[in-house]
Amino acid sequence: MTRAHALLATLLALLVAFPAAASPYALSVATLILFFAFAGQAWNVMMGFAGQLSLGHSLYVGVGAYAAAGLYFHFGIGAWAGVFLAIAACVLLGAAIGFLAFRFGISGVYFALLTIAFAEFTRIGFDHIQWLGGPGGLFIKVEHRTGWDLLNLRGAPAMFYYVMLGLTCAAFALCAWLLRSRAGYYWQAIRENEEAAQALGINTFRWKMLAVVISSAMTAVAGVFFAFYYNNLFPEQIFHISRSIEIILGPIIGGLGTLFGPILGAAVLTILADGITELLAALGWEFPGVKQVFYGLVLLIVVMFLPHGIWPTLARKLGVGK
Amino acid sequence: MDPVNVVNLVLAGVLTGLVYGLMALGLSVIFGVVRVVNFAHGEMMTIAMYAAVVLFAAFKLDPFLAVLPIAAAFFLLGYALQAGLINPFITRPEHSQFMLLVAVALIMVNALLVGFGPDARSVQLDYLLESIEVGPLLLDRGKLFAALVACGTAALLFAFFKLTPTGKAIRACADNYLGAKVVGLNVKHLYALTFGLGSACVAVAGCMMVLLVDVTPNLGPAYTLLAFVIVIVGGLGSMAGALLGGVLIGVSEALAGLLITPSAKSMFSFGLLILVLLLRPQGLLGRKT
Repeated sequence: MTRAHALLATLLALLVAFPAAASPYALSVATLILFFAFAGQAWNVMMGFAGQLSLGHSLYVGVGAYAAAGLYFHFGIGAWAGVFLAIAACVLLGAAIGFLAFRFGISGVYFALLTIAFAEFTRIGFDHIQWLGGPGGLFIKVEHRTGWDLLNLRGAPAMFYYVMLGLTCAAFALCAWLLRSRAGYYWQAIRENEEAAQALGINTFRWKMLAVVISSAMTAVAGVFFAFYYNNLFPEQIFHISRSIEIILGPIIGGLGTLFGPILGAAVLTILADGITELLAALGWEFPGVKQVFYGLVLLIVVMFLPHGIWPTLARKLGVGK
Repeated sequence: MDPVNVVNLVLAGVLTGLVYGLMALGLSVIFGVVRVVNFAHGEMMTIAMYAAVVLFAAFKLDPFLAVLPIAAAFFLLGYALQAGLINPFITRPEHSQFMLLVAVALIMVNALLVGFGPDARSVQLDYLLESIEVGPLLLDRGKLFAALVACGTAALLFAFFKLTPTGKAIRACADNYLGAKVVGLNVKHLYALTFGLGSACVAVAGCMMVLLVDVTPNLGPAYTLLAFVIVIVGGLGSMAGALLGGVLIGVSEALAGLLITPSAKSMFSFGLLILVLLLRPQGLLGRKT
């Protein structure tokens, strides 16, 4: 067992034991961290591994959430089925966007703007779907707040925590495997130099499509969790560009393209946001906006002085690999 | 539908669109030269709008006069922003530049929220409500003047790039970064100058926009997206394209209110953006790179 494995095992043991000792508030913060860690990993597959900058991942969170929530709301069919519908819908969407963009040779900034455009288009579209609540939102009935109904994703806060922990671990394992697979090496080649990769005979179109499909499928699962954890969905919030930015901040701050970066980034940012809230409360500066100004300043400093994110620097200090 | 009414709506759309166009022109100029997408563009626009509101409230300064000091201040602000923050990021990857400007935008929009609160502010001037009658057509006086100022500013900028040596040097930087360095141009200074000019454009657009709509801090991100739509439709880096794109979006917004529900009007804009990106990614008036 290497040092990295030992550290990972310790961390996992701590995370599994965490709900026993934590207050309800701490548990909710931890769940939120895991949510962003998972969504960040999903985004990282597309940008960190394959180098395709998406600024519209809120699209997949939103469509995934609405697919599962709509199924439950109208037909009483639980999350166990909803997650498949959500994945199918998001994979189709992701494949369509990827196909159009890559076939027409759109890359870089233009690709990023295209993903924003699709997310915004869908946001306004959902505002006009009355069947799913329109701008007034879709609300799922809160049931079994003490039980553990995993199939329907209805239960106690601790259940949601463990579901998210399981998803995050699964995503970590999947990403670790992907990164060492044929696809992973092709993606990294495309990320570093697409023309060179093409010259070596890599079908860049196919591998980029695979990255988009995997990333959108994972994000769809995050969306399903979001719907059943928060029990309310508003197009204005879930499809908003700020949600996309929230998702991608973690991997970028943590370390783009690394396995542990998205998790570390999510933890740092969520704890930071909470810390700022508490600090401002202690100082009595609770005006709307103050928190985000501080958040922005910290972000600015990290981007300026740690261009590769926190994890690569920290990994060197800990003496573990990426 | 009364045809005169429709023509009036289209005219109002064109006038508003020209102000949109000036805002997008700032973004287009910055991207065309510095190759950085200014994700804080709409936020800067909103700051200019608040500056106009504050000057009006404090000194009863008409936004048509306030535009001069505000544009000058924004030129300096833009210069400082590029020289201090963005220049070190020129050689960094796109996502890194994006993060930097997102952080800047976050600070700007929330600083406005802290300073002014979430409520809408506006400038109340009596003559803005008067209309000019041309035959059966009605032109809103405020909109007309605002559009004229937007056109004048765009013409000045165009002349600057075509006629002055500095403008020529900036175009040289845009065409060939390395070549411009080799012939001894101070590229970093010229980049900062360009960012300053783009900021001054957005400041003028902001002062004019405050005559047309009430301002809230939340307008920032919305205007950033609007500016993206316009420059992509017109062609990133094309000056005439930005104005054309602005007019197109202005008219389509005006007509969308008539033909479909007003709340769906930006869906039309984003649909247009998607179509243009796929079919003509260089934009309507852009050059192929």
